[in-house]
Amino acid sequence: MLTFIIDALVTVVGVTTPILLAATGELVVEKSGVLNLGIEGMMLIGAVTGFAVALTYGDNMGALAPWLGVLCAALAGAASSMLFAVLVLTLGSNQVATGLALTIFGIGLSSLVGAGYVGAVIPPFDSLFPDSLAGDPLWRVVFGYSPLVYFALIMVFAVGWFLNRTRAGLILRAVGENDISAHSIGYPVIAIRYAAIAFGGALAGIGGSYFSMVITPMWAEQMTAGRGWIALALVVFAGWRAGRLLAGAYFFGILMTLELYAKASGFSFLPSQFWASMPYIMAVAVLAFMSARDVTGSEAPACLGRPFLPST
Amino acid sequence: MSTITRRNFVQAAAAGLALPALGRSALAAEPLKTGFIYLGPVGDFGWTWAHDKGRKAMLAALNGQVTADYVENVKEDASAIPILKDLAQQGHKLIFATSYGYMDQCVEVAKQFPDVKFEHCTGYKTADNLGTYNSRFHQGRAVEGTIAGMMSKSGVIGYLGSYKVPEVVLGVNSFTLSAQAVNPKITTKLVMIDSWFDPAKEAAAVETLANLGCDVVAQHTDSPAGLQVCEKRKVWCFGQGADMARFAPKTQLTAIEDIWGPYYISRAKAALDGTWKSDNAWWGFKEGTVVMGPYNKTLPADVAAAADKIIAGWKDGSYDVFTGEIKDQTGAVKVPKGEHMTDDKLATIDWYVQGVQS
Repeated sequence: MLTFIIDALVTVVGVTTPILLAATGELVVEKSGVLNLGIEGMMLIGAVTGFAVALTYGDNMGALAPWLGVLCAALAGAASSMLFAVLVLTLGSNQVATGLALTIFGIGLSSLVGAGYVGAVIPPFDSLFPDSLAGDPLWRVVFGYSPLVYFALIMVFAVGWFLNRTRAGLILRAVGENDISAHSIGYPVIAIRYAAIAFGGALAGIGGSYFSMVITPMWAEQMTAGRGWIALALVVFAGWRAGRLLAGAYFFGILMTLELYAKASGFSFLPSQFWASMPYIMAVAVLAFMSARDVTGSEAPACLGRPFLPST
Repeated sequence: MSTITRRNFVQAAAAGLALPALGRSALAAEPLKTGFIYLGPVGDFGWTWAHDKGRKAMLAALNGQVTADYVENVKEDASAIPILKDLAQQGHKLIFATSYGYMDQCVEVAKQFPDVKFEHCTGYKTADNLGTYNSRFHQGRAVEGTIAGMMSKSGVIGYLGSYKVPEVVLGVNSFTLSAQAVNPKITTKLVMIDSWFDPAKEAAAVETLANLGCDVVAQHTDSPAGLQVCEKRKVWCFGQGADMARFAPKTQLTAIEDIWGPYYISRAKAALDGTWKSDNAWWGFKEGTVVMGPYNKTLPADVAAAADKIIAGWKDGSYDVFTGEIKDQTGAVKVPKGEHMTDDKLATIDWYVQGVQS
């Protein structure tokens, strides 16, 4: 029974990690007052970049190739987010429309770049712990994951600490809460938002590379299959708090895994569409509950989605 | 033969409009122009890739007598209509629409171009100049089921499905019935993921099936994600649509390959010699549109022989997996002993056989 639960937990971690990575990045972006709807596109760009680099340098660099792949995925995600940043920050374009454009752009660009990589495979970027731990039926619940899983957990805590316990985090939140005031006391609002968007892009890129390098070490068009949108919803669901983001991501992961177990175990008294819609039904239920009693402390940034144009 | 992208397609269409007289006078001497519209990119290693292989086979077999243009990434919405119309206006006389979602668009365009022949894959609406075609993939599932029944030690086998539509249900039932024929204790755990393509969910579903004790898994979704998980978990598996051994070199037992070439050749020939008629083609092993991939090297000889026997049986008509008595999940008899299911019943099936856990 214990190994059964552990097996299920390993699946939960697998489906949760990429969403958690992308959502953590988006949390920082939104805390700075910017709404970036381009997560899905940035994830795909990260996925194809990570895979292409790991494949190309796999022969020469051996065990270092996946690390280089993840690094390049982060850089590619950040670079694509800069397109968005220039448009919305420097040129003051509409954030919703620009973010959607970034998603569409990312889908198209990753398909184009990835066309030559369809059908290729790389070794999965798996646990670095010795097989006696990573392969152990019990201990694999702790040691049996890709380095990206631990990285995702560290990032959530780091971001939570940064936002709530550091001066720089306070300034970032101030920019998101009241950009005019932050500007008038001398903080570089635009520069801070550029940095936040780049960070969000990098984490979305790494989240994307988790698909193409860990879950299924291959490239396929649109392989993220909408996870970017779940990450986006998760930030709202979590009330813009890092701790709840972690809990919410695993809540989604557990529901999705439960769905698969329920179907495979023959719970046919409920139609499969019901199980597939469970995470979304629960999300709506929690959101309704949260807004019904406003004491839950949603920390939505006041300037979210508003362009900062101090001259006007 | 030229490759058509959306951009030069529009240019070509404009050029065609500018020179109508020239185009028409030259037509008689020209070879038969055929056109294809594809759902995905030709490099998807799946559904569209298989259709494009069929197109190339037709070109090779009817060298000089036909041309074959294609448009890829055509969405299954109203945007397919102008693309079909443009193909028809450019003088394509035989047009293949290779996905279910083009059905009503084909019906509409076929009405407007009565002298153009249309062929729609996996649909059911026909007209005088609109035929349908499909493959009996469930015949291949019976080969997989036979192998699975003999290879499974746990007696529990898994099936990763997409949606509960007749084509998928037929595959599940065929797989389960043929496995039970060699091992009556077999149960099939079925997971439908409500998507044709979601690699992360496909991987998680196959992981779940492996965790629940399945030692052989078949899939009816579009990505090779499941095979990669099977390779890692040392679970036997099957390629879907094409030989996918590169994704699971050790554990892929065989694959069902979609081969459309023979059908395209026969229809182009019929159009050339004037015998083309709208019909409802449903081909299989016998006609060569369903083919099994190479067997895994480690497959025991007796299992390979049993699989070969099923293939031979489909070819000469001596075998039919849907032969009664067949019970559904509740134990009710759906097909009485000795009777076969008609094509109409197969094409609209919506119940699982006994032994399927879903």
